Amino acid sequence: MNWFMRWFHRFGSPVWFYRIAGKWLPWLSGLFLLLFIPGLYWGLFVAPTDYQQGESFRIMYVHVPAAWMSMFIYVAMAVCAAIALIWRMKLADVVLICSAPVGASFTFLALITGSLWGKPMWGTYWVWDARLTSELILLFLYLGIMALYNAFEEKRTASRAVAILTLVGVVNIPIIHYSVVWWNTLHQGASVSKMDAPSIHVDMLIPLILLGLAFQVFYVLVLFLRVRAELLDRELNTGWVRQLALEHDDD
Amino acid sequence: MNSPASAFFAQLRRDLLVAFRNRSEALNPLMFFVLVTLLFPLGVGPSANLLQTIAPGVLWVAALLAALLSLDSLFRSDYEDGTLVQLVLSPQPLGLLVVARVFAHWLMSAVPLLLLSPLLAVSLNMTPRAIPVLMLTLLLGTPVFSVIGAIGVALTVGLRRSGMLLALLVIPLYIPVLIFGAGAVDAAASGLPVTGQLYILAALLVLSLTLAPVAIAAALRMSVSQ
Amino acid sequence: MMTEFLQMGGYALYVWPSFALGMLVLLYNVAVPLLTHRAALRRAADFHAGRRTNGEQIQ
Repeated sequence: MNWFMRWFHRFGSPVWFYRIAGKWLPWLSGLFLLLFIPGLYWGLFVAPTDYQQGESFRIMYVHVPAAWMSMFIYVAMAVCAAIALIWRMKLADVVLICSAPVGASFTFLALITGSLWGKPMWGTYWVWDARLTSELILLFLYLGIMALYNAFEEKRTASRAVAILTLVGVVNIPIIHYSVVWWNTLHQGASVSKMDAPSIHVDMLIPLILLGLAFQVFYVLVLFLRVRAELLDRELNTGWVRQLALEHDDD
Repeated sequence: MNSPASAFFAQLRRDLLVAFRNRSEALNPLMFFVLVTLLFPLGVGPSANLLQTIAPGVLWVAALLAALLSLDSLFRSDYEDGTLVQLVLSPQPLGLLVVARVFAHWLMSAVPLLLLSPLLAVSLNMTPRAIPVLMLTLLLGTPVFSVIGAIGVALTVGLRRSGMLLALLVIPLYIPVLIFGAGAVDAAASGLPVTGQLYILAALLVLSLTLAPVAIAAALRMSVSQ
Repeated sequence: MMTEFLQMGGYALYVWPSFALGMLVLLYNVAVPLLTHRAALRRAADFHAGRRTNGEQIQ
């Protein structure tokens, strides 16, 4: 248990995280490009045309990873919220609030690409499809978290409020999702599920997996960038920031 | 006087008394409910068929908005005069006291609305057999609005202008109740069984009653300590 | 060959905006923290060197 607590304290220390995250950044960027470029190439050039949807299925390579990330990031935030509330770990607060804009932007991307995909498939840009509607509600959950954080002047209070709201949200997300699915099947009869092909060709699946992993790495990468900036800001008057700032000032 | 149960009832009695003395304020959500409902025939036209189709949704949305607007009075005055600090510092479990407060608030703001809803349903030409279902779903659903709304209020009570923020935080969480509430009334109007929706609404009520007090208490502690 | 690819089987109007928006979102997510990091570093440097920032008096 001793090593765990030691690790935990060190991990929670802003200086340590700032340094380690800085060291990881080039590796993460490299890994991202290594997954992203082949994924994009495969998705655009190698993957065969879908026999039902034609070339429009390629929107999937933006839409699906974005939708995955929109949900994954919220869950990650909820884990941070629990850690922040139970162990009062400062870093968890920072990771939580730094994830919100990233999650919101992926949710936004999933919504817009979903609607662009919907136009050739359904004939209109917006259909009250269960997934699109859930995604729209998720966007408002993200926006609510960001608005609540910005409404407080003191960042410690804001972080606590946001952690509570995130946990309330994560309990609600499955309920919201299933109620929206129920509502959708009720009002649309046989649901239009053109978005998921019954079986997917391997050459179509590989780029999807590559891009999904690339987005995952991308999230960690931009999260580290954001957390580093936020830590500098929060710890402005501490010794380590002073040292760092004066080193930087010399250049 | 020291058991949690007696604290619960003491809190409830006190809150009801305060609410009763400000009873003119309790009428506001009711008037709002009627006015919002009135807007729809004026907005979409008086066609009886159209009104009949949209009546469940209209009444449920109006009830949701009325519940949202009534939330502000839940902790605001207590926060301003310092009573809230006393509540948080009391040796009794805060979650329990909060449930008493929310229950009193629900009795004063949502029950009148529930009693008036048949009248509005008739004015929107709702099928008579759907009206008992409307009341039953409102009976199960409005407490969920109050309890979840209380989380939002507890989070924002320390902020100066919190009205729009509260709406942004709370409305997404209200969606499941709206879907199953309005869905049940809709189904009843077309003569379909509604027990499934009623069970789900009851489950949502039980779930929110068990989990929300913890969140409300944590949020109140946060608001008071700032 | 190239034009055929760019036409995306007639779906160019939907496919390319999706990919472009995806790239924009990725770029935005990288650019914003880089800029705020630089601003935070400058603010910290000003603060510790005892300079004013945005007309704010420090000590």
